[in-house]
Amino acid sequence: MTMAVIAIAIVLPVLLNVFLVNVRGATADWNPGTDISVYLDKRATAARVQAIARELRTRSDVAAVKVITAAEALVQFRQQSGFGNALDALNDNPLPDTLVVTPALSAGTPHDLAALTTLIGAMADVQTVQVDTQWVARFQGIMDIARRVVWLTGGLLGIAIVLVIGNTIRLDIVNRRGEIEVMKLVGATDGFTRRPFLYSGLWFGLGGGLLALALCAVAVGSLTGPVERLAGLYGSRFHLQGLGPARGLMVLGASALLGWIGSWLAATRHIRGIAPT
Amino acid sequence: MIRFDQVYKRYANGREALAGVSFAIADGEMAFLTGHSGAGKSSILKLIALIERPTRGQVFIADQNTAAIRPRAIPHFRRQLGVVFQDHKLLVDRSVGENVALPLIIAGMPRRDIDKRLRAALDQLGLLTKEKCLPLELSTGEQQRVGIARAVVGRPRLLIADEPTGNLDPELAQDIMRLFKRFNDVGVTVVVATHDHHLIERFGARRISFRDGQVTT
Repeated sequence: MTMAVIAIAIVLPVLLNVFLVNVRGATADWNPGTDISVYLDKRATAARVQAIARELRTRSDVAAVKVITAAEALVQFRQQSGFGNALDALNDNPLPDTLVVTPALSAGTPHDLAALTTLIGAMADVQTVQVDTQWVARFQGIMDIARRVVWLTGGLLGIAIVLVIGNTIRLDIVNRRGEIEVMKLVGATDGFTRRPFLYSGLWFGLGGGLLALALCAVAVGSLTGPVERLAGLYGSRFHLQGLGPARGLMVLGASALLGWIGSWLAATRHIRGIAPT
Repeated sequence: MIRFDQVYKRYANGREALAGVSFAIADGEMAFLTGHSGAGKSSILKLIALIERPTRGQVFIADQNTAAIRPRAIPHFRRQLGVVFQDHKLLVDRSVGENVALPLIIAGMPRRDIDKRLRAALDQLGLLTKEKCLPLELSTGEQQRVGIARAVVGRPRLLIADEPTGNLDPELAQDIMRLFKRFNDVGVTVVVATHDHHLIERFGARRISFRDGQVTT
């Protein structure tokens, strides 16, 4: 019973964490940098495109310029978006030539960036200038909050585990009061009397942790199929990641530690209160 | 070995169990504490085992003022003491051997020494064949002998017993008393609280009588 409660308390934040890790993994190749996408007029010739790129490269506030021709962009889009089949229905390439401009670090402040953006926008044959960072920044903001929610939930449930184990140990101590009195009468120190209760707290924690890992494996296992099918529908080969051995061991270690803390608190307090009569 | 100096004991409920008790028991002596129930015998034993502390006055055990023994040091103090209880206070879910060995395990003695001492104590009390039994499988007399074995297994210099024969028939009671006498013969100071006058008369040991929390003889 105690172990089941512990397992559920552990499995909630662990699953949230697994979810976050997977979302992060799926979005890892989304560039979080402050690149500027420059979409050129479709009428601009290849030579003109190279000329604009050269001109931008000479600027001190530009670190790099990458040319993505319309044909390259189409291939890339087909691979990444999952809308490849829809593109086949189009007769000609709807995409323009694009320059990806990486600003120099000295131009890293929002003000400099805005100035650069305006300047590029004013150049001939430039149709649209887009700073790609905003929505990535927003997304990462959401992820940061989610990560913090995981820690908060984990912290609160950790306290709950300590209390649950403490209460179980307390009941055990109450039930064995007579035995503890006898031990104290024949010279047992509080530390000696406490030891078996610490072991049982440790086992509660470990057992709960193992049960939680099993529950987690079941949950991830039941989601793997549907998630991969969904990813497949988007043309992605995304694979749902489980907890992995390293983090699994961390979960076990943390739950054992919480068990030990809970039993230590309860045993220290309640054994001290028992005096033989 | 034991010296009470104007000791008063008043319990939290207001009952005054001891009212100015003074007496001394020499090293190697055997003494009976007698008196009706409530006369103060049990309080004396509790003060000796540091289960209770005097309200006033001083208790010396082996030339040590017990008032100077801090709570942390009480376990170590109790290991030098053998205590026998009327209700045995055995752990019912552990074997006779485990019960008797408990003080040695608590004291952290090496396993091999524990086995040796355990055998010796069980042998002394005629319990060798009962080592694996659970306490409740034994008769009351045998259980009391287990309690005594546990009290003496640590070879204490002082053995105290609270009504050790209270639940036994006269013949068994006499056996138990003879055991105490035997420990006394080898130099252990023995203090037995009892209200069994026949027994006391048969064993010409010293007698300290109590009435209403005071020593009468």
